[in-house]
Amino acid sequence: MDEIDKQIINTLQDGFPICDAPYRQVAAQLGLTEQELIARLKTLLDNGTLTRFGPLYNAEQMGGALTLAAVKAPQERYDEITEIINAFPEVAHNYARSHELNMWFVIATETPEQIQQTIDAIERQSGLTVYNMPKNKEYFVNLKLEA
Amino acid sequence: MLDVKDRQLLEYVQLGLPICPRPYAEIGRLCDMPETEVIERLTRLKQQGLIKRMGVIVKHRQLGYRANAMIVWNVPDNLIKQLGGHISRFSFVTLCYQRPRQPEWPYNLYCMIHGKDRVTVLNQLEQLVDACGLSGFDKEILFSNRCFKQRGAIYQNPTPALADG
Repeated sequence: MDEIDKQIINTLQDGFPICDAPYRQVAAQLGLTEQELIARLKTLLDNGTLTRFGPLYNAEQMGGALTLAAVKAPQERYDEITEIINAFPEVAHNYARSHELNMWFVIATETPEQIQQTIDAIERQSGLTVYNMPKNKEYFVNLKLEA
Repeated sequence: MLDVKDRQLLEYVQLGLPICPRPYAEIGRLCDMPETEVIERLTRLKQQGLIKRMGVIVKHRQLGYRANAMIVWNVPDNLIKQLGGHISRFSFVTLCYQRPRQPEWPYNLYCMIHGKDRVTVLNQLEQLVDACGLSGFDKEILFSNRCFKQRGAIYQNPTPALADG
């Protein structure tokens, strides 16, 4: 990744135009040709620097539901619990964290009812208590990581 | 609010924007809609807030952001709005949420700091605590050790794609 790639990533985290030739517009802003921007973006996606290029939806407005959940997984069962939880397609992210509550994951479902159903299923399969921490309020942040 | 065509469009777009000179024309070809209609509908969905933003979703570890701390605070309910607003204005804070307290888990304010290393993150946290007057409140810092799974949520029936937690 060189300086130009970094500039591309930083610029595209601020948004992407919705117009007929958006890459040309962004390329002009960056002093690149449209072909060069397209080629670099493809490389960044292919080599895994970027996960996805597209829209970020508002889950709740889409009728879907999201929650943050955590479990206390005993060390000797850690890998097994990881497998159980990751096998759920509703689990979007899963992180090990340094705490007694040592596994934190995001559950995303199409309807609010399915959140509880997923939690119940995880509890049944793992034998652990799932802490459910849905958001009450989100404070707006400008999510951007400088490349 | 969403009609059938909106849903169909969102379903195609969530897989990612085509990387070609006329991406919206390409999406239109896939869901049988003129390019102008794709642009009009997406513009409206963005204005309505259903699409939070268009752009890239980065893998933070790939960019060298190896330290990721979730910090949870127990703050008085009457101060939470003000503190949440203040915390979220710091550029190194990548997420900030109010969440309900739980039995044996009294924390109600959560924020995330992504940084290149733990020392940097802890320094930023100190800065945050000083600037927002958070030193008197109980907190815990949970660094992530491993990321097992990270994806945007994909559903058959449209569908949130998630910001990274």
